[in-house]
Amino acid sequence: MAKHLAVFVENKPGKLEKITRTLLEANINIRAISIQDRGDFGVIKLLVDKPQSAEQALKSAGFVCALREIIAVEMEDKPGGLHKIAEIFSKNNINILDAYGFVIESSKIAVLCVEVEKVLGLDEILQKEGLKIISDYDLYGL
Amino acid sequence: MRIRYWQEDLEKIDRKSLAEIQLKLLKQTITQALKTPFYSQRLKKAGISSPEDITALEDLHKIPFTTKDDLRDAYPFGLLAVELKDVVRIHTSSGTTGKPTVIYHTRNDIDNWANLVARCIVMTGCGREDVFQNMMSYGLFTGGLGLHYGAERVGMMVIPAGGGNTRRQLQLMTDFGTTVIHVTPSYLLHITDKLQEFGFKREELKLKKGFLGAEPYSESTRKKIEALLDIDVYNSYGLSEMNGPGVAFECVYKQGMHVWEDAYIMEVIDPYTGEVLPDGKEGELVFTTLQREATPLLRYRTRDLAVIYPQGCKCGRTHRKISRIKGRTDDMLIINGVNVFPSQIEEVLMANPDIGSNYQIYVEKDGYLDKLTVKVEIKPDVFHGDIKELEILKERIRGDLKASIVVNPIVELMEPGSLPPWEGKAKRVVDNRERL
Repeated sequence: MAKHLAVFVENKPGKLEKITRTLLEANINIRAISIQDRGDFGVIKLLVDKPQSAEQALKSAGFVCALREIIAVEMEDKPGGLHKIAEIFSKNNINILDAYGFVIESSKIAVLCVEVEKVLGLDEILQKEGLKIISDYDLYGL
Repeated sequence: MRIRYWQEDLEKIDRKSLAEIQLKLLKQTITQALKTPFYSQRLKKAGISSPEDITALEDLHKIPFTTKDDLRDAYPFGLLAVELKDVVRIHTSSGTTGKPTVIYHTRNDIDNWANLVARCIVMTGCGREDVFQNMMSYGLFTGGLGLHYGAERVGMMVIPAGGGNTRRQLQLMTDFGTTVIHVTPSYLLHITDKLQEFGFKREELKLKKGFLGAEPYSESTRKKIEALLDIDVYNSYGLSEMNGPGVAFECVYKQGMHVWEDAYIMEVIDPYTGEVLPDGKEGELVFTTLQREATPLLRYRTRDLAVIYPQGCKCGRTHRKISRIKGRTDDMLIINGVNVFPSQIEEVLMANPDIGSNYQIYVEKDGYLDKLTVKVEIKPDVFHGDIKELEILKERIRGDLKASIVVNPIVELMEPGSLPPWEGKAKRVVDNRERL
């Protein structure tokens, strides 16, 4: 399963910059980002090309971080693209904890990355519904 | 000015007769103290094995001081001088390390306490015609129940409102024509602030007097509150170890607080050497209970700094007065009237395996009320990338702290290494409040 990196940060100016600098110095490419804010602190989620190296680099720089499993689903970059996936999640009673998306090829392919509650046989369910799950190898190398 | 008394003969007693009463009651107190495991040992070591060993008030100096730590070590029964069946109430307070202390009261103790508080209330010119709204917390905290019993003893109509709920406080004051309130200075300023916002008018209140205590405040804050609300403000002093409120109170002349010397022997000592200081010199207040059956305390060090004023007062009372409390000999914080020791907070934090050993305590003013913020560092391995886990951790720390210190803190989670490392207590506590 694909993984993204979650970083615990105090909510104050300069925090993201320190993270991106650390990743730059480790020659890591960031593909997508989302930020969860809880007032005094937040969690920054990063989809990177080399998650393990990124985790190592950030930990060495003193950050508190962890790798988390995500599901990357291919979707069409057109009206209703996300809706189609949301429908399937809804039908199968799958709860989304965090999500972000990005476009790979304009007007054609986009990717939705989701963190969901642990669901038994989730991969099979989604594949049975005809969704294309992007492998970690493909995702990191996009 | 018309001077009212609750027990005129005792309040205006000549100093010689007062000293005789003190000696008689001190002997009784020694008798009681010798019944406790703690004092029977402590006093025998000091060469006192019966009340006959005390022949003059000066013999008090043979007795070693009692400290808050002694009370903590003696918890729960080491200072109990009567059988439990004769106890009608206890009050506990949290100690510097979170271990509580307890004071037991017999029916006589509660009676005597109520009587002392009644003296205080009447000393300010109040009487049974007054309507008294008690805005101090009830429960284990002595401020609420202490004034409540005294006010009932006087015969005032008592509204046991307790703390908080400003709108209801104002509604009660309006509906029942409250003339006297008992409140912390910061909460009274808060209420004054909200008066208009909640649609009340000063003219609709019959308020005449405020008893302000539980936290220190300056003469200028008194003047400010008196002007804002057009009331007379009276300063109050007490501590749970000495019952609570009722130890010292101001008379109508508001020039220091009379200490009831037929209930307490008062001394001021040098906090470093323990040397007894003459009147007029600032030092640590030390009290000996004279009327207490269940928990007699001898030469108890309050850690409050004050001055004893020279004798004499225009009100005619012969009981000496003390100044406002000028500070503390320890690091106790007073947050909205509640005593909080940083070490209590530290103990809660240290017991939590998910957070590091560095922390910081911030105290600020939010409007007129105190706001307590506790910053802690999370340990790297507690983070699994889930923000909910962090929220649960934060809420658990908040709950544990509130259970220990009563005050509801704001908890902030920090990255490891972001707080200053341990360098002694001073840097752990940042008190940004301007003194009232």
